[in-house]
Amino acid sequence: MSFLRLNHVSKQYGNLHVVRDFSLEVHKGEFVSLLGPSGCGKTTTLQMIAGFADVTQGTIELEGKDITHAKANARGLGIVFQTYALFPHMTARQNVEFGLEMRKVPVAERRERATQALALVHLDEYGDRYPRELSGGQRQRVALARALVIRPPVLLLDEPMSNLDAKLREEMQFELREIQRKVGTTTIMVTHDQAEAMSISDRVVVMEAGRITQVDTPLSVYEHPRNAFISTFVGKTNLLRATVSQGSDGSACARMGPMRLALPADAPASGPVVLALRPEKIFCVAPGAGRCEGQVTERFFLGNLWMYTVRSPLGELLVSAVNDGAAPREVGQAVGLDWQDGNVRVIASQEAAA
Amino acid sequence: MKPRSTWVPWGMAAPALILFAVMLVAPLLMTVALSFNAFDADKGPIPGTFTVAHYLHVVQDPYYYEIFWRTLRLSVLVTLICILVGAPEAYILSRMRKPWRSIFLLVILAPLLISVVVRAFGWSMLLGPEGLINDALRFIGVGRVKLLYNETAIVIALVHVMLPFMVIPVWTSLQKLDPWVENAALSLSASHFTTLRRVVLPQVMPGMLSGSLIVFGLSASSFAIPGLLGGRRLKMVATLIYDQYLSELNWPLGAAIALILLAANLIIMLGWNRMIEGRYKKTLG
Repeated sequence: MSFLRLNHVSKQYGNLHVVRDFSLEVHKGEFVSLLGPSGCGKTTTLQMIAGFADVTQGTIELEGKDITHAKANARGLGIVFQTYALFPHMTARQNVEFGLEMRKVPVAERRERATQALALVHLDEYGDRYPRELSGGQRQRVALARALVIRPPVLLLDEPMSNLDAKLREEMQFELREIQRKVGTTTIMVTHDQAEAMSISDRVVVMEAGRITQVDTPLSVYEHPRNAFISTFVGKTNLLRATVSQGSDGSACARMGPMRLALPADAPASGPVVLALRPEKIFCVAPGAGRCEGQVTERFFLGNLWMYTVRSPLGELLVSAVNDGAAPREVGQAVGLDWQDGNVRVIASQEAAA
Repeated sequence: MKPRSTWVPWGMAAPALILFAVMLVAPLLMTVALSFNAFDADKGPIPGTFTVAHYLHVVQDPYYYEIFWRTLRLSVLVTLICILVGAPEAYILSRMRKPWRSIFLLVILAPLLISVVVRAFGWSMLLGPEGLINDALRFIGVGRVKLLYNETAIVIALVHVMLPFMVIPVWTSLQKLDPWVENAALSLSASHFTTLRRVVLPQVMPGMLSGSLIVFGLSASSFAIPGLLGGRRLKMVATLIYDQYLSELNWPLGAAIALILLAANLIIMLGWNRMIEGRYKKTLG
C-alpha cells in the first residue's frame, strides 16, 4: 500500500492551471524527486502536500488518511525550506527543539533528541550558535535537523541545495541521501537540478507545465526519456529527425539522408520520428572505421571529459570522450563516429512534433 | 594627493557641521550659560553672573516634581499605547496585498502632512463638551464625559501624532523577516498565535524598541498637544518652560528646566538604547 498518495491533484489560480491532474504514489522510505524547470508547478505541488497552498481539485492521502484540507500545523510533516527559514533569534539547538516543544515533549527527552539530531547532521559542536554565526551549509544542516527531529512521516525538501556552492552541494547530496537512508524517512524533494535528482532519488518525477511527463527510476529517465524535452532536460542529447521505412528484410529502419539506422522493436512502423543519441554513447574512432565520418568543429574541456562538436552527415553532433590521458582530437580533425544500435532511442513521434 | 584626501570628507561634511553648530550647539551653549545667570524681576537675566539657584529651586519645589512625573507617566503611557496599536497595525499592513498596502501606508503617514496645531484643534472639536464624541455618548445614553483639557485628551492626541513613528520602524523590521519563517513554525505544529509570539514578535522587537525610543523622546518634549489640549492648569514640562519664558519672563529658570528635561530624556533614552543593543546585537545584528 502506498504511504503518500496524490489523486488527480490540481491547482488553479484564476484561469491559470499551475498543477494539472497530478497523481503519484510514494512508498514508505522512498526518496522521490520532483524535477522540472522553474514554473513547472513542482514547488506548488510540494506546498499543497505541506498545506501552504490549497488544493483546487483532487485529494492527498497520508497513511490512508485524507489530509487534503488539513491545516499545515496539523499535518506534522518535516519541511526544509529553500531559504532554510531558521528562526534567527534562536540558537541552532533552540531551533531544533522548537518542534518538540510545540509537541509538548518533556524537557529531558527534548534535549536528548535535539542532541541526537544535531549529531546526525554533524553539528554537535554548534548547538549554541545563532544562525547568522553559521555558514550556508551549516544552516542547511540545522534546517534538516529541525525537520527530522520531530520524526515526521514525510520529509519535504524545497530546492534544499540551491543556495550552496557547487562543491558543498555535491557533498550535501551524498550526506542527505546517507541521512535519509539511516533515518528511513519518506522524502520528497523539489529540484530543478537534474544531476541532483538523479544522484540521490529512488524515483524521479519529471514535470513540465504543471503536468507529470514521466515517473521512473533515474536510470530509466536518463536512458528512456519519454519525450524530447526530458531527453534534453535530463543530461545532454543529440536529437535526430528521421523517417521510418521498411528495410529489405522487413524490419523497420530510420532513414536520415544517406544514413540508415536500425530501430528498436517499439518504434513506429512508418512516418517521421525523432531519435535521441547521448553524446557519451558515440565513440570517436579512426576515419573510415565507424558508421559515418565527421569533422571536429569545437572542443570543450570539462576535466574528466572532452566534449566535441562534430559535423557529420547526421548534422552537428555532441560527442563526449573520457579524458583518459591520451591526446584529444584537434579542432578540424577528421574522425569516424560509431555507436551501438541499441543506444538509439526513439522519441514518440506525436510528442516530437509538438 | 594626501592633503586632499583629508580635506574632502571635511569639506563634504561642512554644510551639515555648520548647520549643526549654528542651529544646535550655539543655542544650547547659550541656554546653558543663561540657566546659571541670576534673575532680577525688574531687569531680567543679569549677564556675567553665576548661580545654581534655579536648579535648586526646581529640585526643591514639589510643584515641579508633579509636572516632571506627569510628563514621564504620560510619555510612557503614550509609548505603550503606540506599541499596542502600532505593532499589530504594521503587521496587518505587511500582510496586505499589493495595491492596498501602499494605500494604507499612505493613510498612516498622511497625518504627518498636517500641522500638529491643526490636528490639536481638530481633536478639541471632537472631544469638547459639545463635540462629536460627547454627542454620540449622549445619544446612546451614557451622558457627558469630560474628555478635553485633561490627561485623557493629551494621551489620545499624542498617540495619534506619534503612531507613524511606531508603525514605520516595526514595518521596516517586518520587511526584513523571511516570509517562510512563519510557515516553518506552522510546519513544526505551532499555532498561529504561538508563531506570532515566539517567531514574529522577537524579530520585530528591535523595531518596536527603536520606535518606542522615538515616541518616548518626542512625547516627553512635546509642546503643542499638551499646550492646546491640556488646558491652562494641566502642565507638562515643555509647556512649563514656555510659561517661564513668556509669561513669567524668567528666562534663566526656563533654561534650567529645559536642560533638566534634556538630561532626563538623554539618560532614559541612552539607557534604553543600550539595553536594546546589548540584547539584540548578538542574535539579529
